[in-house]
Amino acid sequence: MKNKTSSPPREGEARPSRCPDNSAFKQQKLPAWKPQLTIATVLSSFFLTGAFCLSVGVCLILSTNSVREIQIDYSDKCSDCSKLRENSSNWNKECHCSVNFMLKEDILGDVFMYYGLQNFYQNHRRYVISRSDAQLLGRNVNIQKSYCAPFTTYRNGTPMAPCGAIANSMFNDTIDLFYNLKSSVIQVPLLKTGNSWWTDKNVKFRNPKSYNLSSAFAGTARPPYWQKPVYLLDEEDERNNGYINDDFIIWMRVSAFATFRNLYRRVSRIRQFADGLPAGNYTFRISYNFPVTKFKGRKYVILSTVVWSGGSNPFLGIAYVVSGTAATLTGFVITAIHLKLRKKKAYFQK
Amino acid sequence: MADPIRWARYRWQRLISSEGREGSSSSNSSNKCYQSSKTIGKHRIVIPCLGHFKEEYEKVSKLYMNNKIRTTKYTLLNFLPRNLFEQFHRVANLYFLFLVVLNWVPLVEAFQKEITMLPLVVVLTIIAVKDGLEDYSKYKMDKQINNLLTKVYSRKEKKYIDECWKNVNVGDFIRLSRNEIIPADMVLLYSSDLDGICYIETASLDGETNLKQRQVVRGYSEQVSEIDPEKFSSRIECESPNNDLSCFRGFVEHSNKDRVGLSKENLLLRGCTVRNTEAVVGIVVYAGHETKAMLNNSGPHYKRSKLERKVNTDILWCVLLLILMCLTGAIGHGIWLSRYSEIPFFNIPEPDGKLIPPILAGFNMFWTMIILLQNDIDFYHEKTDSTIQCRALNIAEDLGQIQYIFSDKTGTLTENKMVFRRCSIAGQEYCHEENAKRLESYQEMDSEDEDSADHQCGSSTHMSKWRGHNCRAVNEPLNRKSLNQLSGSYPALGREDGAGDGPHSGHVAFSSPIETDVVPDAQLLEKFSQISSHSYQQSEEASSRLSLEAMYITDFFLALSICNTVVVSVPNQPRHKMRHSSLGRMPIKSLEEIRQMFQRLSVRRLSSSPLPSVKESSSESPNSFVSKLSIFRMKLASPALDGAAQRAAEPHDTDSPENSQVPQELGTVNVAASCEHNDAASSIEVSALPKLCYEAESPDEAALVHAARAYKCILQSRTPDQVTVDFAGLGSLTFQLLHILPFDSVRKRMSVVVRHPVSNKVVVYTKGADSVMMDLLRTASQVGTNNSEMEQKKIKKRTQKHLDDYARRGLRTLCIAKKVMSDAEYAEWLNHHFLAETSIDNREELLLESAIRLETELTLLGATGIEDRLQEGVPDTIQALRKAGIKIWMLTGDKRETAVNIAYACKLLEPDDRIFTLKSQSRDACALVMSKILEGIQNTSAKKKPSQKLGNVSASVSTQAPGFSAGLVIDGRTLEHVLHDSLQNIFLELTEKCRAVVCCRATPLQKSVLVRLVRNKLKAMTLAVGDGANDVSMIQVADTGVGILGQEGMQAVMASDFAVSQFRHLRKLLLVHGHWCYTRLTNMVLYFFYKNVAYVNLLFWYQFFCGFSGTSMTDYWILILFNLLFTSVPPIIYGVLDKDVSAEILMQLPQLYMMSQKSVAYLPSTFWITLLDAFYQSLVCFFVPYFTYYGSDIDIFSFGNPINTAALFIILFHLLIECKSVTWIHTVVTVGSILFYFVFALAFGATCKSHNPPSNPYWIMEKHMTDPVFYLVCLLTTCVALLPRYLLRVLQGTLFPSPVLRAKHLDRLTPEEQREAIKRWKDDCIVNCRVDFQATSGSSNSATGAVPEEESIASVLPTSETPFQACSRDGLVEDTSFLPDIQDESGHTNGLDSEKTVFLNSSNETNSDTFGSNNSYAKVSVCASEEDSSAVSLAHKAGLNSVLCEENALMYFTKLEC
Repeated sequence: MKNKTSSPPREGEARPSRCPDNSAFKQQKLPAWKPQLTIATVLSSFFLTGAFCLSVGVCLILSTNSVREIQIDYSDKCSDCSKLRENSSNWNKECHCSVNFMLKEDILGDVFMYYGLQNFYQNHRRYVISRSDAQLLGRNVNIQKSYCAPFTTYRNGTPMAPCGAIANSMFNDTIDLFYNLKSSVIQVPLLKTGNSWWTDKNVKFRNPKSYNLSSAFAGTARPPYWQKPVYLLDEEDERNNGYINDDFIIWMRVSAFATFRNLYRRVSRIRQFADGLPAGNYTFRISYNFPVTKFKGRKYVILSTVVWSGGSNPFLGIAYVVSGTAATLTGFVITAIHLKLRKKKAYFQK
Repeated sequence: MADPIRWARYRWQRLISSEGREGSSSSNSSNKCYQSSKTIGKHRIVIPCLGHFKEEYEKVSKLYMNNKIRTTKYTLLNFLPRNLFEQFHRVANLYFLFLVVLNWVPLVEAFQKEITMLPLVVVLTIIAVKDGLEDYSKYKMDKQINNLLTKVYSRKEKKYIDECWKNVNVGDFIRLSRNEIIPADMVLLYSSDLDGICYIETASLDGETNLKQRQVVRGYSEQVSEIDPEKFSSRIECESPNNDLSCFRGFVEHSNKDRVGLSKENLLLRGCTVRNTEAVVGIVVYAGHETKAMLNNSGPHYKRSKLERKVNTDILWCVLLLILMCLTGAIGHGIWLSRYSEIPFFNIPEPDGKLIPPILAGFNMFWTMIILLQNDIDFYHEKTDSTIQCRALNIAEDLGQIQYIFSDKTGTLTENKMVFRRCSIAGQEYCHEENAKRLESYQEMDSEDEDSADHQCGSSTHMSKWRGHNCRAVNEPLNRKSLNQLSGSYPALGREDGAGDGPHSGHVAFSSPIETDVVPDAQLLEKFSQISSHSYQQSEEASSRLSLEAMYITDFFLALSICNTVVVSVPNQPRHKMRHSSLGRMPIKSLEEIRQMFQRLSVRRLSSSPLPSVKESSSESPNSFVSKLSIFRMKLASPALDGAAQRAAEPHDTDSPENSQVPQELGTVNVAASCEHNDAASSIEVSALPKLCYEAESPDEAALVHAARAYKCILQSRTPDQVTVDFAGLGSLTFQLLHILPFDSVRKRMSVVVRHPVSNKVVVYTKGADSVMMDLLRTASQVGTNNSEMEQKKIKKRTQKHLDDYARRGLRTLCIAKKVMSDAEYAEWLNHHFLAETSIDNREELLLESAIRLETELTLLGATGIEDRLQEGVPDTIQALRKAGIKIWMLTGDKRETAVNIAYACKLLEPDDRIFTLKSQSRDACALVMSKILEGIQNTSAKKKPSQKLGNVSASVSTQAPGFSAGLVIDGRTLEHVLHDSLQNIFLELTEKCRAVVCCRATPLQKSVLVRLVRNKLKAMTLAVGDGANDVSMIQVADTGVGILGQEGMQAVMASDFAVSQFRHLRKLLLVHGHWCYTRLTNMVLYFFYKNVAYVNLLFWYQFFCGFSGTSMTDYWILILFNLLFTSVPPIIYGVLDKDVSAEILMQLPQLYMMSQKSVAYLPSTFWITLLDAFYQSLVCFFVPYFTYYGSDIDIFSFGNPINTAALFIILFHLLIECKSVTWIHTVVTVGSILFYFVFALAFGATCKSHNPPSNPYWIMEKHMTDPVFYLVCLLTTCVALLPRYLLRVLQGTLFPSPVLRAKHLDRLTPEEQREAIKRWKDDCIVNCRVDFQATSGSSNSATGAVPEEESIASVLPTSETPFQACSRDGLVEDTSFLPDIQDESGHTNGLDSEKTVFLNSSNETNSDTFGSNNSYAKVSVCASEEDSSAVSLAHKAGLNSVLCEENALMYFTKLEC
């Protein structure tokens, strides 16, 4: 493309004739495939596409159907809690709340526990940018220059760690799952780590280097909405604390839609939960911290399995089936047209 | 302030007039006063920088520029600001700058500040670099030119020393040798030529390769020795620098206050080359940028194509759409915000804690949206902006939409090879039958000749081959044809140095044999030889005793050979003019010179009695010449003569004029050799054969001189003082040349004033257009009715009849007349003329007056008819173009009969056509006639309608009313009425009904007015094609101007947008390249709209799900690079290479052109359908991933990734669907783009942990590449998005194939099938036509019925105003009613209808703006700018060039490229 401009011969050499060279390119006579889009030539493509889409669609629907999912709205389950959280001055008052539910059948396989939020516009432009990736990498940076404003420093100049609106608004409910087996209550073992992307946990998020975490975050303060500083996010596991806390990392991966879910825990497949969650009565014990009434939102807790094609959303499969059908039908229609025309020998005979 | 100037001017005028009348008598003081006040005013004073002038020189000249030139636009310092300033002149750039600035406002910052700047910066940088490089090459060129060396007189060293051009100042003396380029405009003070003549070649100025004469200032030419600058004590006063190349006014004031007028004949222009003159000395009057050449060097002109204009309106639509989208976003955001009574987490308050009220937030959001959604159109603008840079190629697509062609006749439709066909002398016609036969046989030879030229294209060595031939030519016997080729290569030989890049090396100065060889008419030759033999005895007596007819014949041929400005030269030394040189000045003399010298002496001595020997030998039979010649050859064994003898020995050449001279030479050489020079024999070898070459300013002149030569009335030499004619019967006659009144378009004639050597009387020979000449003839009433008067009257009548006949046969006619003046008359006239010549201010008018005073009372000698042959392939081309639905108008300066006949010859008019001739004296009559004609046409077509319905209803092939064909012929004077505002509309209505319009006697101005009228009123695409200076204005006015590299220089080509070498190349240019360019560009433009709308809408849809907050789900880098990198190359390839139908089929089926003419590919509906499709595709592309990922834990950039990837696939595959032909380049580019996208996304995803806050697509692509859902989503999205368009194209291809598609289908057939199919197609058309035809014949009764009806109209009108004839059928049928009309017309001739420049001396109106690039460097810079301009146009150019060249169309631009 670039060197195709005919190179002008230098003055001084034997002056060539003014006739440009007779190459296929310059004469625009490259061998070309000239597709002629007529029914006869493209008929097969419609049927092939149709068949392919139908088969993929069926596969997708089948796999999606195997997904078991249960979703519980708990935003109003403990009305007192939600009332309490409406007033932000009660930020440090604890409020607990239990939600009972029943599994009618076993949920086999890996079971994932999500929290879901509705009407929370995490994708708001100014919200999305309100973070400092450099800070989260553990670097000592001047966050004043970042997009964190107004959640950068307190009035006295103490920087917030982590800064920005995303971190500040982190989902801070804690949810535990209990299995009520014959009046005995067994806490379902849940995995706190391994829920985030490996690259996020190991590359994108780093704690500042220091001999211990609290000293690493010395001179910084927690974001205003937080109850505890960042180095106390998980006091039990050193490798899940500070910026590399899985819950934090997942929250920081800003959701695409206003209604979304984030992976919270995974059911650890040990003991009686080795095959998944058995049918029966379960209870969620939730420490209710995250206010949703402020933005007219809801919050959910979701238990779900996952297949290769994602979650329980059947859209893709249906879409494939529909478009496959459409393509096949179109194929039939144009075949009819084709046959009719051929009978009349009307091709290019006008 | 104004008063002193006015006063000064008044004084000046007084000064001039008094100066003219009584010499210099005005007071010294006023003179001084004037000068001091005027140095900066209208005139400039040039004083040599020497001795006593020193102080005054410094005072006067410090304001004058020196010769250093700077054509660069920028300097190192001002490059950046100035370039930016220029670039921000473009609205698009300004708009984007505004957006960038907007992004710096924190409230509405949608992107990171720096990233938004990227596209703008990239575009600005690319253009700045391009401008910079262009400018740098200009700078280098300037430097090179400034440092050229020339010889300047140095006061210190008292001699001429080498100086750089840039150090030349006004007032310097410069000495130039032969073949040197003139560094500045200077007044010629000395020429080594004895006659004070300097020859210059102006090829670099106007492309004319013939030599121009320049004359030493009067008073200096008599000096024998070279002028000594030390002694030069005069001052020169001339006009201030201006750009009028054809005009220079001033005077030299000697120290004794004598004044000598200066004209352009005394001025050597910068950039020209000195030829044939050993040395010249001049004084610089204008230097550097004040030279006329530089002042003429205006930049290229820009035209905007129709498509571009259309696109601009559509861009406006897109902007409107954008604003609508932004408004939606803003309002949506406001509403969304107002839903919340409290501050949600995600809505970040201002740093001061306050929240913005929803309305204000909405307002802010509007601007944010604009930034967010702005990155459409961006790339597009970059493209158009750069394409505007190049001079002509931005309108290449217009070639596909031409509806009207305005064609010049001479040189465009015809070859402009003038062939002498007929003459009429003293009322007796000589029809030259044999000459006509000869021409027939040349038809074939000529085409052969062109074939051979075809073959030579491509071999880069043909030139050197020719040169080799040339060297050997004298020794080798050559056949006629190769000699012909040789003569074509002479100019190239003569211009080996530097100037060799003239546009067309051959056929300008040297005529082809078809023009030079004239077979004399037997009858005339016989009469002529009788005169010759008689003349000897009678010449000593009074010439009145000759029979009147004989005298007429003699005078006629004398006039033919004298009354011109032809330069005589010898072919072997092409630019070495024949001159008379005094003995002893040069040691070795050529044979020719000796001979001439001898003759001159003898002629002077014997005055009126020629050498008897000459007479004898000329009356001998040709065979004896040959025998004598052979003896001579044996004796001298001169190789030069050998070749000549060979040539002369050819049977059909035996009577060619050279031979008659050889014996003569023999004699003289012998004499000379024996008595003067011992080395004469050696000189013979160097000498040239007396095969004279005539370099004429117009082909007509050459043709006449050659014709005279055929009758042995041979123009031997021409100097400013005298003309030598070798007259067969009288020997060499040397006429003292008193005056030449050059041709101009107002007078339409030229005259020479000579002193007849025989009668010693002053004789005026005039030749000119018959329309003017007939009025200037002596009328019988004046002196009474003696015999000769009666005779003259009769001659006049008969000649007029002959003239009409010639015109009807399509010949160009000229009248030849003479006038004998007494010395007293002459002296009186001379006095007036001298006054006129020396005046500065209104010299033109005075000169014109003076000329008119001279050219009266003429005696008509006869008339000539010169044929201008049609170019090859013209009728075919015209038919094809007409089939393509293009209306062709012929605009010519020729007279009506000639024009109509040429129109018939080239099938512009068909014998079946009804011809309406508009010819009215008054505007009202004109209006009446036009409305009557219209009525008639409407009646006939209305009557035809029912029968038309019976026929084929399918699309008719012709645009005009089917089955009805009418031609309109209109002449210049009527044209003037018609072009009046009130009649324009009816005229256009009328022309729309006619299939051809012929405008004759149109001035260049009228041509351009007509073009403008059609262009503006009918909103039609116009193309003007022409070859001469008189077509320049029309070429510039038309949407597309095509220049033909003709015989009349480069002016038309310089003004044109495209240049072809032959009219027939228009066919391919329009039908193939026009079609391609148009379809490609329209498709590409539509594609760009589609692409941007589709892509931007993705962002728009997302706004509905992010609270209209202006978030983009794609990373900014990818977003911006998407248009700039990933999807930019395939469309360009598509725009360059796509070929819907092959060239062969396009050529065979001109009907296909009508598709693009109606802009089928770019209807408003197409635009909106494209936009609709874009909307649909973006909807699919957004919502399939949306629903797939709805409610999942997907993050924002992971959601954007499949959308973006799918968009890439959709956009690229959409292109493939639209592509008409796919080559490996398409494949490579498409696959390459996809790969590039993935590689980039992967690499970016792997590295950008924190480099790119806040958007952070870290590892997203990698994650997706392992996710089957990603692939499934992309696949489904692509399929669903493209399905409708695919289906549409399939159905269109099957059910309603457009002609283009059907033609495309033909490409796929085997050659036999193809031939069959094309034939069938054509048959279809013929059937259509036939149906039309039947319709015509069915209604022919009505048509014929209309004729008498019209005739009755004509008879209703007063006969004096008989304005038109329904001249049906045959133009050759003699219509006597023409005659009075013609005479009427000639009665009122004034400057309105300037005839096609028969003599082409000057056409002021065109000169000024056509010498666009004065030197080769200017051309190169144009070239450079084109090279750097956008790839698309370049490729188009390359395509145009190469393919046209393939058939020997040497495109002008190819030349620039080389």
